[in-house]
Amino acid sequence: MAKEIRIDPVTRLEGHAKIDVFLDNNGDVEDAYFQIVELRGFEEFCKGRPVEEMPRIVTRLCGVCPWAHHIASSKATDGVYGVKPPSTGLKLRELGYLAHFLESHLEHIYALGPAPDFIVGPDAPPEKRNVFGVIEKVGLDIGKRVIQNRAYAVKIEDMLGGKSTHPVYSIPGGVSHSITEEDRGEILKMGESLVNFCLFTIDVVDKFILKNKKFLDIILSKDIYYHRTNYIGLVDDENKMAIYEGKFRVVNPEGKEILKFKPEDYLKHIAEHVEPWTYLKFPYLKDKGWKGFVDGEESGVMRSAPLGRLNVSEGLKTPRAQEAYERYFEVLGGKPVHNTLAFHWARAIECLYAAERIVELCNDPEITDKKVRNIPDPGEYRGEGISGIEAPRGSLIHHYKADKNGLMTELNLIVATAFNYAGMNMSVKKAAKALIKKGKYDQGILNMIEMAFRAYDPCFSCATHSLPGTMPIMVNIFNEKGKLVDVIKRK
Amino acid sequence: MPKKISIALKRGASCVGCDIAVVNFSEHLFDLLKVADIVFSPTLLDVKYKDLRKMPDKSITIGLYHGAVRNSDNEEFAKIMREKCQVLIAYGACAHMGGIPGLANVSNKEKIFKTVYKDTFSTDNPDDIVPLTEWVDKRGHKLTLPEFYDEVYALDDIVDVDYYVPACPPTYDMNMKILKIIQDFVEGKALLPLKGTIIAAEKSLCDECPRKKEPGKVSIEKIRYITEVEADPDKCFLEQGILCLGPATRAGCGAPCIEANMPCRGCMGPTSLVTDQGGAVLTAIATVLGIDNEDVLISEGDIEELVSQIKDPLGYFYRFSLPKSFLRKKRQKEV
Repeated sequence: MAKEIRIDPVTRLEGHAKIDVFLDNNGDVEDAYFQIVELRGFEEFCKGRPVEEMPRIVTRLCGVCPWAHHIASSKATDGVYGVKPPSTGLKLRELGYLAHFLESHLEHIYALGPAPDFIVGPDAPPEKRNVFGVIEKVGLDIGKRVIQNRAYAVKIEDMLGGKSTHPVYSIPGGVSHSITEEDRGEILKMGESLVNFCLFTIDVVDKFILKNKKFLDIILSKDIYYHRTNYIGLVDDENKMAIYEGKFRVVNPEGKEILKFKPEDYLKHIAEHVEPWTYLKFPYLKDKGWKGFVDGEESGVMRSAPLGRLNVSEGLKTPRAQEAYERYFEVLGGKPVHNTLAFHWARAIECLYAAERIVELCNDPEITDKKVRNIPDPGEYRGEGISGIEAPRGSLIHHYKADKNGLMTELNLIVATAFNYAGMNMSVKKAAKALIKKGKYDQGILNMIEMAFRAYDPCFSCATHSLPGTMPIMVNIFNEKGKLVDVIKRK
Repeated sequence: MPKKISIALKRGASCVGCDIAVVNFSEHLFDLLKVADIVFSPTLLDVKYKDLRKMPDKSITIGLYHGAVRNSDNEEFAKIMREKCQVLIAYGACAHMGGIPGLANVSNKEKIFKTVYKDTFSTDNPDDIVPLTEWVDKRGHKLTLPEFYDEVYALDDIVDVDYYVPACPPTYDMNMKILKIIQDFVEGKALLPLKGTIIAAEKSLCDECPRKKEPGKVSIEKIRYITEVEADPDKCFLEQGILCLGPATRAGCGAPCIEANMPCRGCMGPTSLVTDQGGAVLTAIATVLGIDNEDVLISEGDIEELVSQIKDPLGYFYRFSLPKSFLRKKRQKEV
């Protein structure tokens, strides 16, 4: 890795994310900003589009998590048309979506998150710290298993969605086609392979991370990767983790439930704050108000995604994932877990849940039923629909309003990564403050800072979902006069 | 051993689905690496703008740019890619025609900001804060953001483009076609295609559609929407009265949407015979709607009647191509 000193105060950046670190007179960190530098404006240009087309349009919000928007959108359109999908339609939506959870989570685990950092090693040369380095370390046979099981998840998405990226499957009232007995058998086989593979993945976490005292200490340390925040996630009637249907539950830093509400009531409880230095907004708890980038009970900041979901739930509904869930809290010292790096472990546990649930659904005789959709009854048309689901990267809300002709008039999207955006800023700042002292810093710091937000699997860094596990990011260091003195980047 | 070529990849305003498409080269990515070095790809490698700037002009053999041009950053990189690459490919629907983000051309920056940062239901912004290209915090720290443009542009609105790879996102088979072109070129078996080539099929999607069509038997009284009918999975969508952009859309994708029982929305762009996709759709629909008797000329009134049945013709006909449409050119003229 090389260091580059820049004199030119104008900075450029690659990718979507930029971190600016400002030092004070002593060379300590005064401030750090994690900026999102892009906007496309879906909330504006979807106005006037037909509601029924929305699930096919909003997929383009994100090529990494198109299924999350696809499913959230079709669920919101159910509301607009006042239609309920038949049982099999709902199960097929869930089936495709679970495959997506696996694809997304497995990519993060093996290609860019914990595997390159922990299996290859945080000190390994950057050119090795990628999915190929992981394969080298764990062996080609296991590497092939990784690629094959990711491909299974993609194959299930393809079979249902037509296309794994930008599916066209879910529509108002259900899905576009049923599956045959032959499809069911094929998906079941792939699902069973995925269950075994996810059990193996949890073993990998055990073997390479938890059994390594140095790594476990980093995870458990409260100095760098630790924030006592509120958490949000979807739960079912028994407070078990839900991804498609349920209520949002919010717990405080003590783990106490402070809110539980239907997604339809989100406006009573969630608002979004705007800052002038970034294109992404910051959702916060309305009751607490926006108090800035601070943690603690009184802050409106909440965290979401795997860490949040496990913290707000009282268990997982499939047997082996439940065992893993119990062990997670046992090892990490009870609920809630505030250690940011625990995201990785929680993500692996969710993979197991998703795989087990795929098998359950395939063993459900109803899954091949031909009735997969209900045609909306014009008399039931409501013109408004709100859906709340869990995306791989956190809670996700789509809210649509439409006119009597079925054309969109207004929409509101609170995307998963946004729920964690305040948390990520806090994590980046805390890591920078802890690691940069008296103006001293080196390339190692970049890794440590990267680890602080990489744990969240942020979606605006979708770029990192590609091959080697590096992120196109740069850290700009400004001196006390606000002059750009250094740009740290990966080479 | 033939000399390897170099490849650069760069994204603009994109959902990154095109990056995933490149990842979906899967094991064939290794085949690509046998004939080409990836010398610049902020997505795949951690190389910077400055590294690219340092490379001599035309020192990279092939550049792939995906995403539309939506802000100052996208534009700057599009230009740098053009300077540094001998061959520049617009990869995916957004670089090709503006894509779905191009629908934002029905609006402008001011309206988009107002909606996103002010009017949206959950936004709480009493001080009317909007993101700024330059902002100084109370300690004097200056932060910058790329400038958000009024309009979305396709890549060739900004720079000269050599080839196009359509689709949202390009499919595995299309990627294999590109791989073959590159391999043949490197191994001296073939020259690169003619400038302006769209790397897909020449015919319309109807030619590769697996559904049954009954020519001459089409009789549709009314346009239907998926919320109103159960689509017959074997029959042509248009014959069922369901809008499908197949007749006006280039083939080569393998019709995956149709296979999933959903009509085409035109992400492959128009066929080589037409330039304005929306206009071509309109003609095709007029034809299918029974006005296909050669003796009958379509009157303007007929077209109006048809269009009046279609809600949001702009959003259907120019779903992926608004920045390239005549509509936009007209608007520009008016301005």
